Amino acid sequence: MNAQQRTSTYNFAYLDEQTKRMIRRAILKAIAIPGYQVPFASREMPMPYGWGTGGVQVTAAILGPNDVLKVIDQGADDTTNAVSIRKFFERVAGIATTTKTSHATIIQTRHRIPEVPLTAGQVLVYQVPNPEPLRFLEPRETETRKMHALEEYGLMHVKLYEDIARNGHIATTYAYPVKIEGRYVMDPSPTPKFDNPKMHMSDALQLFGAGREKRIYALPPHTQVVSLDFEDHPFEVQRFDKPCALCGAEQVYLDEVILDDRGNRMFVCSDTDHCESRRAKGYRGELGGAQ
Amino acid sequence: MMGAPAAALEGGFADPVLDAQSVFRTIMDAMARPGSVLAMKPLVVPPAPLGSAAGAVACTLIDADTPFWLDPMLSAHGTLGAWLGFHTGASAASVPGSSHFALIGDPMAMLPLDQFAQGSQDYPDQSTTLILQLQSLSEGAPLTFEGPGIKGRSTIAPKGLAADFARQWRDNAKRFPRGVDLILTGTDAIACLPRTARLIQAEN
Repeated sequence: MNAQQRTSTYNFAYLDEQTKRMIRRAILKAIAIPGYQVPFASREMPMPYGWGTGGVQVTAAILGPNDVLKVIDQGADDTTNAVSIRKFFERVAGIATTTKTSHATIIQTRHRIPEVPLTAGQVLVYQVPNPEPLRFLEPRETETRKMHALEEYGLMHVKLYEDIARNGHIATTYAYPVKIEGRYVMDPSPTPKFDNPKMHMSDALQLFGAGREKRIYALPPHTQVVSLDFEDHPFEVQRFDKPCALCGAEQVYLDEVILDDRGNRMFVCSDTDHCESRRAKGYRGELGGAQ
Repeated sequence: MMGAPAAALEGGFADPVLDAQSVFRTIMDAMARPGSVLAMKPLVVPPAPLGSAAGAVACTLIDADTPFWLDPMLSAHGTLGAWLGFHTGASAASVPGSSHFALIGDPMAMLPLDQFAQGSQDYPDQSTTLILQLQSLSEGAPLTFEGPGIKGRSTIAPKGLAADFARQWRDNAKRFPRGVDLILTGTDAIACLPRTARLIQAEN
């Protein structure tokens, strides 16, 4: 949580001002048309596509000197992608960073939503690889654009139906399509579907940036986000048999960790900050050690 | 800028990078929470009759990629167009329907909302954003809205809107996803009405 000295040879937050204005205008349109993908002139960033260039550009365009930034990669603050993006903004914007969800004003995420509910002052920025939910069903942009324009989403229901026909249940577990305010079908980015209900009526503003695909979209706070399903096959989130092995949390998303080469494994919180805060409060799971 | 009066050159952001960032965050928060009135510091001093809040919004969002349109009340003051041109690099749009931003100094007499760019069904983002300069955001007739970004309902009381604004705004909502978005500015505050804000109650 200590502000770093900024590298002054770059503009504040790396991007030039014209680029920021272009992204800012796209963000405002995205907020005004929730779930609609606004095209934007995505820039080359000092990291390859696929490493969060869309999220980084959105964060750079909204970031101010008083913001506190948290970056998570699959819920974890300590993996390569999260650490390097945090360091990038410490260096080019001199801002404070944190791993604590409750301290952050901007949280950039690659595919998880923190377990603790977000608050009104926070902005969640998603790094999105494939913003078009219909792309794997229809490769032509001209056609998917028309399908969104005409609100023609039958194909998506066919895909979910085929899941049921083949597997007996909807087998889509991440990037699970959602409908926004009864209008646009949106890809929630490849978050586990466990997180879909957290998007619904969230207190925080949610922004989505896809750098390679050059799209920005948004969910204002208090916006209706409904996961697509069928009456006889309602939407369900993943369930876990056991609580977190380290902190004992239930109703959270767990990662599988292999412990040795004899088949031993444990399931622990994917949200590292949530797990650490619980352990600091004295909660223990079966492998969490003595209290 | 040959021959431009000094008034066209002075009064921009003192710190263009951080001032624009702070104004943008206010606009973004206001757009994400329709109808909430947010305070705006006087960061620019535009030539009269443009106020500092509307001027700051313009300097934050407009640039060479986005032609602006001034309503007759504002375009009557030549210095203002030159001021916007100097501080944003943008050019004036000849007709409102081709403008990305429209600055409205006299909302009571403004063109109907459907005269501005509405976007297309394929690209609803290609619509005009209107920046309205109002006498007040709290002393007019209350308007109550529902929609994305609003917890329950939100009420705002802008003073100086067109008499048939309620009808025009309901028509704008019917065009969704096409339609215009509004940034309402007072003397030291702004509020936003994106096209999704549904007007459910208007007194008049």
